[in-house]
Amino acid sequence: MGALSINDVSMRFDLPDGSHVQALQDVGLELKQGELLSVLGPSGCGKSTLLNILAGFLAPTAGQVSLNGNTVTGPSAERGMVFQKGALFEWMSVRHNVEFGPRMKGMPEVERNTIVENLLDTVGLRAFKDKAVYELSGGMQQRVALARCLANDPDVILMDEPLGALDALTREKMQGLVLDLWKKTGKTIILITHSVDEALLLGERLLVMAPRPGRIFKEYRLPFADRAVGADLRAVKEDPLFGETKKEILEMIWEMEEEIMGASES
Amino acid sequence: MTGLLILFIYVALFAGTYFAIRTVRAAMQPAADFNSLKTVTFGDESAVRADRAASVVSLVVVFLVWGAFTGSKLVPVHVPGPFVGYTSFTYTSTNDAGQTSDATVNVLVHETGAKVDTPDAPAATGFAQGDAATVAAWRSVLIRAHRNDGDGAKTTAVEGQAIAPGETVKVPNGSVTMTAKGSLNFSPNPGLQMEPIWMPPPEDVVSRLVEIASNGYQNAALFEHVGWSLWRVFAGFVLGTLIGVPLGYAMGLSGWARGWFDPIVEFMRPVPPLALIPLVIIWFGIGENGKVVLLFLAALWVMIIAARAGVSGVNITKVQAAYSLGASKWQVLRHVIVPNSLPEIFTGARVAMGVCWGTVVAAELVAAEKGAGKMIVAASKFQATDIVIMGIVIIGLIGFGIDILMRRAETILVPWKGRS
Repeated sequence: MGALSINDVSMRFDLPDGSHVQALQDVGLELKQGELLSVLGPSGCGKSTLLNILAGFLAPTAGQVSLNGNTVTGPSAERGMVFQKGALFEWMSVRHNVEFGPRMKGMPEVERNTIVENLLDTVGLRAFKDKAVYELSGGMQQRVALARCLANDPDVILMDEPLGALDALTREKMQGLVLDLWKKTGKTIILITHSVDEALLLGERLLVMAPRPGRIFKEYRLPFADRAVGADLRAVKEDPLFGETKKEILEMIWEMEEEIMGASES
Repeated sequence: MTGLLILFIYVALFAGTYFAIRTVRAAMQPAADFNSLKTVTFGDESAVRADRAASVVSLVVVFLVWGAFTGSKLVPVHVPGPFVGYTSFTYTSTNDAGQTSDATVNVLVHETGAKVDTPDAPAATGFAQGDAATVAAWRSVLIRAHRNDGDGAKTTAVEGQAIAPGETVKVPNGSVTMTAKGSLNFSPNPGLQMEPIWMPPPEDVVSRLVEIASNGYQNAALFEHVGWSLWRVFAGFVLGTLIGVPLGYAMGLSGWARGWFDPIVEFMRPVPPLALIPLVIIWFGIGENGKVVLLFLAALWVMIIAARAGVSGVNITKVQAAYSLGASKWQVLRHVIVPNSLPEIFTGARVAMGVCWGTVVAAELVAAEKGAGKMIVAASKFQATDIVIMGIVIIGLIGFGIDILMRRAETILVPWKGRS
């Protein structure tokens, strides 16, 4: 349950002017059940394309993705998505948003209610059950989005910069919540982010991707996510290894950015 | 003249009441809400709130100006009305022999519709005989003053001023113009007030409303006229929505449907519904069918475009989220696309209702048995200006009422509008 394998996935598409874009080239990766992978990279490195392929919204031009041995051909409830923002349904209350997946499956109301109650407790929104989602703050809305995804009990959770639109303080709290949920549910999680801190802190494994063509540049295995569960996130960040790795990754990304700038200037 | 005066008075009241109310407010406790504390207000649209005092004064001013210029009994001040009463002027007659003689013309100016006796003609002092005439206010009367002055007598002067055919001389309470044949045409001073056949005073319009509301007009009660118009609008709008919304969804969801209907919709959308009236009359006649078809066409394009915009406006992440949560295509349509498009559809419905209401009145102006538009066009043929104005006010109030109802429905049914 939750073992994801990405076999030499490539994505290449034509532009109207006849040229091609190689968005991804030979990306291969095996993910075990319960692993938390964070993906970093400069813009244009294909990380969003990769996530869309994993979700089933895009078909790769070569290679394939399979979950528990089944090839991915389209979106499905076994691969849940958490978006940056704007994915909640404004016309539904918080509880109706959370129970959306089970309801679509035709689960009876009594069972749905239990799921909703439990999840809203977990994300700390019990009191907001019957509120409209547009009445909640950005951080609360992302909690609802997490709960909605978990309510469907997916094997893999794909997160596309889920905390990117939040302010720094809320973001820190939400990072703790994501770690808690990960440990509690044992889900396989892939998290795309722009923040090096976040990638280091949350990623058990960390993938740095490079652009032109989009490819895996370097992979890390990190101890911070395990340490940070239920602990003080700022204390974890004070570890010298955290600082060193952060510096190394930042330099890596800086170089990539400079290459892109140079290439576009020439 | 009167128009310019009305404009001047209106502008003066606009500015005058502004300064008056500002002075009163300055004397009172200053407001301390957030907007009042802003120092930059000129150019900051968010700081511009409709001043309700101005709205009240504006309505009062409309009625004051209306009443003042129509001699209304409800309004204390009036502009000068037309001259009414006895007046006279003298003229000079010249006979063949070159002799001159003066005589007086007595004129009684009475109110329109009053029965009056012709006043006595004054006694003559020379060969010129005095004359007498009656005339209604705002009208003129032809006085053949030289006819009874003997053979060959001609009028050569009025009030001591020489006059020739085509010329006009001012006399007390009016003016005299000589016709080509040498007769005198007397017009009493009209004043600045408007004649009721052009613009009736407010109380006439109100009493007409009461009368027509109880007795009806043109073989139909007032509510029948209005009811027929509303029924046509409702039928056309409902049909247009029932056909237009699914078509709009199809255009938003399928490339083939969009390609197929795009040329038709884009061509028909800018055609004003009024331009279709002749064709609709040719095809469907002037009965109810034609009107409902016309209103259906008026609502259709608006609703198609609103529904299409509603589908296009759905945030792709919502659709992707729904699929990732295991929803089928039908469930995505039912639970995501339809609710997401409702705010746009409501905006379209408001526009469509407005267009339909305007179109139904125009269609009834062309041909109808009953209806609000029919009522005012029939009244205009009898110069019943009070009924025309009453009808226009009723049509305006109903159009306004429809829009208010639609907005109410919108806040109740789609509270998430503009909140994503």
